[in-house]
Amino acid sequence: MATFRIKRYNPEIKPEPYYEEFQLDIPEGATLLDCINLIKWTQDGTLTYRMSCRSAICGSCGMKANGHAQLACQRQATSLLDKDDTITIEPLGNMQPIKDLVVDFEPFWDKVNKIKPYLQNDVSPPQKERTQSPEQFRLIDDSSTCIMCGNCYSDCNVLEVDDKFLGPAALAKAQRFVGDSRDKKTLERVTELSEPGGIWDCTHCGECVERCPKPAQPFYRIKEIMSVALEQGVHNNNGARHALSFVKSVKSSGRLNENMIPVESMGYFNFKGLIDLIPIGLRMLLKRKIPPIIHKSIDDVKDVKRIFKELDQ
Amino acid sequence: MIKHDVVIVGAGLAGMRAAIEVSKELDVAVLTKVYPSRSHSGAAQGGIAAALGNSESDSWEEHMYDTIKGGDFLNDQDAVEEYVKAAPSIIYELEHMGCVFSRTADGKIAQRSFGGHSKPRACFSADRTGHAILHALHEQLMKQSKSIKIYNEWNMHSLVTEGNRCNGVVVSNVKTGAIEVMQAKAVIFCTGGYGRIFKITTNAFASTADGVMAAFRAGIPVEDAEFVQFHPSGLYRQGILFSEAARGEGGYLLNGKGDRFMEQYAPSRMELAPRDIVSRAEQSEIDEGRGVDGKDFIHLDLRHLGEARIMERLPQIRQLGIDFTSVDCVTDPLPIQPTAHYSMGGIPTNKFSQVVMDAEGTKMEGFFAAGECACVSVHGGNRLGTNSLLDATVFGRRAGMSALEYAKTVDFAKVNEGPEKTKVLKSFEDIYQRDGTESYNQIRNEMKEVMMEKCGVFRDEEKLKACIETIKSLHLRFKKGKVTDKGKLFNTEIYEILELENMLEMAQVIATCALARKESRGGHFRTDHDKRDDENFLKHTMAHGTIDELELKYKPVVITKHKPTERTY
Repeated sequence: MATFRIKRYNPEIKPEPYYEEFQLDIPEGATLLDCINLIKWTQDGTLTYRMSCRSAICGSCGMKANGHAQLACQRQATSLLDKDDTITIEPLGNMQPIKDLVVDFEPFWDKVNKIKPYLQNDVSPPQKERTQSPEQFRLIDDSSTCIMCGNCYSDCNVLEVDDKFLGPAALAKAQRFVGDSRDKKTLERVTELSEPGGIWDCTHCGECVERCPKPAQPFYRIKEIMSVALEQGVHNNNGARHALSFVKSVKSSGRLNENMIPVESMGYFNFKGLIDLIPIGLRMLLKRKIPPIIHKSIDDVKDVKRIFKELDQ
Repeated sequence: MIKHDVVIVGAGLAGMRAAIEVSKELDVAVLTKVYPSRSHSGAAQGGIAAALGNSESDSWEEHMYDTIKGGDFLNDQDAVEEYVKAAPSIIYELEHMGCVFSRTADGKIAQRSFGGHSKPRACFSADRTGHAILHALHEQLMKQSKSIKIYNEWNMHSLVTEGNRCNGVVVSNVKTGAIEVMQAKAVIFCTGGYGRIFKITTNAFASTADGVMAAFRAGIPVEDAEFVQFHPSGLYRQGILFSEAARGEGGYLLNGKGDRFMEQYAPSRMELAPRDIVSRAEQSEIDEGRGVDGKDFIHLDLRHLGEARIMERLPQIRQLGIDFTSVDCVTDPLPIQPTAHYSMGGIPTNKFSQVVMDAEGTKMEGFFAAGECACVSVHGGNRLGTNSLLDATVFGRRAGMSALEYAKTVDFAKVNEGPEKTKVLKSFEDIYQRDGTESYNQIRNEMKEVMMEKCGVFRDEEKLKACIETIKSLHLRFKKGKVTDKGKLFNTEIYEILELENMLEMAQVIATCALARKESRGGHFRTDHDKRDDENFLKHTMAHGTIDELELKYKPVVITKHKPTERTY
């Protein structure tokens, strides 16, 4: 007998959420969704959640199981049992709960809308299809598998502290167009996506890759947008300057020049930004956290340079 | 009262394609009980048919003949002709919108083989074609958000009609439970199919006959309800779809003895015979004890395709196999069985997607339907794979055009908001007040079980009569059900109960029509009448009346180019 510990919330009846436990014999081959359905249909009809296709394509049944967002229909229930034969079920994170496991998706969709989620191409199309090579197709193959389940959004560590961040799903959707050979607004797109709340606010934690039920894997898509932004010369922002400074430092000395990174990230002529750095610098000085003023190269810097040469940079 | 020029119910391929058309000139609302991207069109995997000739020469004439032969000559041929002729333009249009397609080496839309099609004409996006088109259309709706208002998570309960004119719908907001009348000059139903009536099905939980039954209660007959398609490759026990593309790419079907048994049933097409034939072959193998290990499944074997091909063309299927059965199709065969997949029948429409009320083609003014909920009929007795996405987009576009033209010429009619709302409110109250002991889950399971057993791949008079009796008794028990959630906020239980009522009534229509059709044609197979009977049954069934007093009438089939001949593969 397994225990399903489910976070319940129904503001019509009780203002605070609480946990309720249900006992269920997990049938052979049952998914988490099968089990939750059994609980709803045989034990408590008030249990509320979304679901539809039960084959991992509609993206309705995202929820947290044992602290991580998953599609309930995609996971075998027994694989989620902890050592006490318990599975803890909670609503997706970073979104407001409405009732039990149902959360408010409106802010999620608002952010998807912000990235102009449609092909932009004003050239009148040919009579037949626009051609696109299999290689060009492959550049958008992964991002086009996104099912908008919100699992990445739920577990995104940046969104937890900054709700201005567009979030992994919207950014993966953006790559779907940045990478599309038929889209004519690549420069405009990467310029907008380089603004605060965009690609450079991602902290590279990779949580979204872990949570994505499809090959969409947002963090890799975000990296692809970053590459395009740099290639297109969209350097006039802290994120791009940070990346470029990082590369420059490693290339020239084999290690990070930690004194220069913040300065170069802000930009030499960004006086306000530089002034903002002064109090931090002073605090670091007082705590003796300032790296050595004289930046030394590593002994084998030649080898590092050779790597860059190999990479054609 | 909410007011829009045109209201579309359903946001799958048909509904969204219609919305794009209407939004060119009028204000349009799209209502969906889920979110557009959650619509079941997205689960379609293998492709969308069009005679583009990108990998082999092809023509609309061949597409037309394949479709009619596949449909066992019950298709209305005038509609089929316009439908296949429209196919290339609808694909190019989707491509121009930004839909992602797999490509040939020279950059054209790639095409592959599919059951019943004599040429490789399935345009595809790996094995997630429905998903690719669904999202491309959703993108267009987001682009047009100023002129298209989307009502996410709203349910439709009834049509508002006066005489032969449709003036709107009564709907409710799932989040708040509020019931509203939505007034419109024209209404388009794109509400999908009803596979959930059967125990083993590919269909989503949302595919529950809401639209077809709402139309039926407003006096619109149901056409060809007995024609339900069983897909040959549903995952064992779960019924989840494994695309026919797996066979299109060269997969084998093997029985328990390891034989490619299709050789006995359709030697010229083998695994790529139409779905009705393959499903019956599988069921026969299983019934005659040649299932794998004597059980009720057979094998879909893809091992010889190799990992690279599977990863390029069928990656999603591989993942589904791993997630749902722990079988990796690169190294092991997948256990499959026939699964209820598609409803050929539905709300009768003419080829302009205008809903008609009888065999004479009398219109219900201002009411249109497209996609799986509608019966044009382009699929006849059996739909070919990849023809449904085409149906949804071609007739979705047409429904949008027809509704737009109509709505431009009329004013809003007067709607009595109070009584319309009260009727629906009463049906809610009726359920809230039930304090019976019957379990809705039990009733639903028994319905699904009996429909699978007695109204499934093989039917006969005795089974169908027993099926109808069971459904009727379930309907009586339904009225004494036990309700636990009586709140207004996001009450999914009450919607499941309303859906069950729709399904019970639809089940009765299906079984009743199946009992009356004493022949075997397409997806409808009677072991007691195992031949096609053109003399008596080359006609469409039209189920009129009420659920307590069904009256079956018939409508002639439109035959233009192809006289019915024997159907062998």
